[in-house]
Amino acid sequence: MTQEIDLSKLPPPEPYDKARDEAQRERLMATWAKPVGWRHISAVNNSYVGKWYLLTSFAFFTFAGILALLIRAQLAVPNNELFSQSLYNQLFSLHGTAMMFLFAVPIFEAVAILVLPEILGARDLPFPRLSAFGYWCFIIGGVFVCGSIFFGVAPDGGWFMYTPLSSNTDYSGLGADIWLLGLSFIEVSSIAAAVELIVGVLKCRPPGMRLNLMPLYCWYVLVVAGMILFAFPPLIAGDLLLEMERAFGWAFFDVDRGGDPLLWQHLFWIFGHPEVYIIFLPSIALIATMLPTFAGRPMVGHSWIVLSAVGVAFLSFGLWVHHMFTTGLPEISLSFFSAASEAVAVPTGIQIFCFIATMLVSKVRASVPMLFAGGALAIFVFGGLTGVMVALVPFDWQAHDSYFVVAHMHYTLIGGMLFPLFAGIHYWYPFVTQKAMSDKLGRWSFWLMFGGFNVAFLPMHWTGVMGMPRRVWTYDLTDGWAVLNMVSTIGAFVFAAGFAVLAVNVLWPRGKAPYVKRNHWRAGTMEWAAEVPDKPWGVRSIPYIHTRYPLWEQPEVVDEIDRGEWFLPDAEEGKRELIVTDILDARPLYVQRVGGPTFLTIGSAVCLGAVFILATFHLWTLTLMFGAGFIAFTLWWLWTGTSEIPENPTKYAGRGLTLPTYAQGNRSPGWWAVFITMTGDMTAFMGLVFSYFFYWTALPDFFPTADKLPSFGWLLIGTALLLASWLMCVAARKLLGQGGRGRAMVLLAGALPVGGLGIGAWAWSAYTKGLDPTVHSFDAMVWMLILWLFLHLLLSWLMHLYVAARIWRGICTPDYRADMMNLTLFTHFLALTAVVIFALLALFPILMGVS
Amino acid sequence: MRRIFLLGLPLVLGACEGRHNWLASGGAEAIRVEQLFWVLVVGAAVIWTLVIGAAVYAHRRQVDPSLEKQARQFIIWGGAVIPTVVVCALLVWGLVILRDITTKEGDLTVRVDGERWWWRVIYESPEGDVVTANEIRLPVDNTALFKLTADDVIHSFWVPALGGKMDMIPGRETELTLTPVETGSWGGLCAEFCGGAHALMRFDAIVMEEAAFNDWLAHEASPAEVAQDDAGLGVFLDEGCGACHTIRGTEAVGPVGPDLTHLASRERLGAGIYDMTPDNMAAWITDTHEMKPDIDMPPYPNLDGARLDQLVAFLMSLD
Repeated sequence: MTQEIDLSKLPPPEPYDKARDEAQRERLMATWAKPVGWRHISAVNNSYVGKWYLLTSFAFFTFAGILALLIRAQLAVPNNELFSQSLYNQLFSLHGTAMMFLFAVPIFEAVAILVLPEILGARDLPFPRLSAFGYWCFIIGGVFVCGSIFFGVAPDGGWFMYTPLSSNTDYSGLGADIWLLGLSFIEVSSIAAAVELIVGVLKCRPPGMRLNLMPLYCWYVLVVAGMILFAFPPLIAGDLLLEMERAFGWAFFDVDRGGDPLLWQHLFWIFGHPEVYIIFLPSIALIATMLPTFAGRPMVGHSWIVLSAVGVAFLSFGLWVHHMFTTGLPEISLSFFSAASEAVAVPTGIQIFCFIATMLVSKVRASVPMLFAGGALAIFVFGGLTGVMVALVPFDWQAHDSYFVVAHMHYTLIGGMLFPLFAGIHYWYPFVTQKAMSDKLGRWSFWLMFGGFNVAFLPMHWTGVMGMPRRVWTYDLTDGWAVLNMVSTIGAFVFAAGFAVLAVNVLWPRGKAPYVKRNHWRAGTMEWAAEVPDKPWGVRSIPYIHTRYPLWEQPEVVDEIDRGEWFLPDAEEGKRELIVTDILDARPLYVQRVGGPTFLTIGSAVCLGAVFILATFHLWTLTLMFGAGFIAFTLWWLWTGTSEIPENPTKYAGRGLTLPTYAQGNRSPGWWAVFITMTGDMTAFMGLVFSYFFYWTALPDFFPTADKLPSFGWLLIGTALLLASWLMCVAARKLLGQGGRGRAMVLLAGALPVGGLGIGAWAWSAYTKGLDPTVHSFDAMVWMLILWLFLHLLLSWLMHLYVAARIWRGICTPDYRADMMNLTLFTHFLALTAVVIFALLALFPILMGVS
Repeated sequence: MRRIFLLGLPLVLGACEGRHNWLASGGAEAIRVEQLFWVLVVGAAVIWTLVIGAAVYAHRRQVDPSLEKQARQFIIWGGAVIPTVVVCALLVWGLVILRDITTKEGDLTVRVDGERWWWRVIYESPEGDVVTANEIRLPVDNTALFKLTADDVIHSFWVPALGGKMDMIPGRETELTLTPVETGSWGGLCAEFCGGAHALMRFDAIVMEEAAFNDWLAHEASPAEVAQDDAGLGVFLDEGCGACHTIRGTEAVGPVGPDLTHLASRERLGAGIYDMTPDNMAAWITDTHEMKPDIDMPPYPNLDGARLDQLVAFLMSLD
């Protein structure tokens, strides 16, 4: 199948033919055209979805920023009566929640969706409809969560929602449910985006762009998307436990029933600390991308930066406990996590010094993006230094939960994330709009924000030293915090004015302004190869890349792309096509067709949003109805838009390269998407496993007596049946490959009752022993694990039926069986989950000598 | 909302400035962190200036591009070697301080239980537990061991002038030692957001000479000196206050709210937020939820003038 071709010795292009070029352009244009009028919302192309994502994230940023101004207004003077206690608690909870979940993470995805394909010289991301689906989930969930404050029921437990304040329905109301369900919904869309970006970076690079040639931005995207994949699932597991306790009284965090409030803190911060770097690294990526442009030379220490980013990612998963230094943990834990927290300073320092070193050996052109980057450095280094302070346990015991930490956190996030992002906005604005921003307004907005920020947050360190705890809605004159707070409030409003100037600069209509010239900043990366004005196809023909900065080191490539001399210069069949390459060396593997505009993803997202929203209000019948709608839309979308059998098994891609038009197994992006999604799913499952062991270590009487354990025999029978149902699926794949369509269908259908009996046996094993999830954490944990597998089994049944139907209709055949292979991959993970649960429920208690 | 206690406060502003200051040197533990603080602040200022100075220099001045090798040295030293040395040194110092402040033996033991939104305080003494609330008195130069618990949600116990904070977590008992070295009145706060009136969950930490402290504790252990036919006590019992509050020496033995046996001896009312005056006391009883929103105590707006006066006079006599 794979042609072993030497990309550096391709045959020369056909001589230029103007008529052919124009015909090709016309066909490409027709294929990639955006839907017009109200149908515009059905667009799925990364350029449009990315833009919507970006603007929506900034809308939420503005909203959360206004909440911050209200907070500052309330704190401006002592004993202020502007807002009630209850409203203030909602204001700060929603401010943190919206900034973190509706701005900081989505903006990474927005920027990546917008620029990643172009930096890679690709036409689009591998699953454009998935990005569109993720976007619609994001906006629905975000509006739901934010809108709650207008009804006075916004989350009011702080953005990290500590239990039991958030778990006990006597202490928290609807706001907590809105937080849990609304954000879980958004987390799902974040994971969808992460999957898309990982596959995009790994499989959609242009031919020849080996991993070591990949631009730094793509490295950061890969690292961060990987972090999302491992960081968000534990939080989703935590959300699930917490919502089960709130909605159905399952005993997870209630001390009186064998629960433990600290479990939430662990699950939250296992997510929450990587989250900080999930926010920070993409912004550093922006600086790493624009700095070489303005320095006019490649980055010094390219591979050190990559290694440091990977290093930060690994470390970030090992220091969550520094948010819990004051929870009375043993000294050994404190020492370990203090050391890990300090260690982050080193890879972070290396990245910053690489930037400085690059400037040192070059003549840096001054520009508004560089101004913002410089401001970012000044602020972030300061925040990093206070981070070194709070990582020391005795210091943290004073600083923790005081305004010192509020100041520290805003220095790192605004310096490490917001200012680089603003630099990126100024840098890529000409790329997105082909128009130039006003430099004058740019400088005004910078100095207002830089000045306002420091006036607001520098004194806040001292407010913390003066003993002001965070999240207090009022204070007294005698506390001695009044002057400092007034100064902070003034600074905050100056900062907001600076942002308003920036917003004006971005949103100012420039319809009649002249276009910028191509490659506005004289950059070296591929996104600047785009024609001015831009075309919707991303790249005219997909080039062979063999350098890190192609526009500098292969300057002829731009004209070659324009003339259609590279791969896939045409769209004869009217299909949107990408080249999929292999992970390490970017050898072309096959031509992937991606979906065009559709309303199905919107229908799917609306139904799923309704499921989460209705569940918040415990309207279970409607929830189920919309759940069915979600399934219907999603199946329709998959049925009509994925794994289609091509009209020809191969296609001539240009320059002597003929590529397959269909791929299955680990050659196809779909298989990788399933694999990566299931890795995230297993991580969430590991969150549950962690919880099980956490209870076991924290509670001496976690295990009941032997007669109250789920019955071993039934667990064994259930596990055997579940594994049998898995093997039937594996056998179906094998039979289908050998041409046995009928037998494959029978096996797929037969696997359903077998699996059903298996999960039934598990449920029976717990039921006969009287395990009641509302009584004790052990019972709740047992039922949770069974429920977890049951939900996955339900999903796999849908997939079994879907694949059987595809076989029946002749869309999934012995030669074209990608769906079957993806299903089998899914069931592999299911089998693994079943075995782990069996070990936890049946074997581990015996091993521990429960009698 | 009423803010009666505000009147005349600008007068005491100067005196009270810094009641919650970490750098007030009120306790041995705080002093250790204070030393650390200043070294860190000065060190951070120096490092920040060097890094930003290097960046500005690099931006302004063009260095020969052939110096790439030196640039790599710069990255290794500036980004890896120096930070590693600095953070290792700090880590060791931090752990030494941690050990010093966590391994002290307590000269006295105080159990503090966090409630929404007040503090139940129990002194352990050989004669038995002494129960009080919302005010903590400590003998100077003695190490107090605090055993911290919480009844409902997570709170955090913090007297910044004396030392660091420690969370109070339902189902657990955490420990904190504080060694005050100066007499005076310091501010104490709840540092972990605990919902509703978190901002108004305060207490006073009053450090006394050891002899005075012992007298105070003995007095605190004694029952209230109150005539059983006191009219105010009658109102107190008639209105059902005794269902929640305890006044030792009377029929009121409610375990839910703060112990009021020596209420008037405390400097403040409502968990460290209002001065202990008859006016504030009356307002607390009639307009409870305006004085402190969301709390469990119901307001008694219908207490008429005479009965309210009797009740307030009675409560103010509980010293």
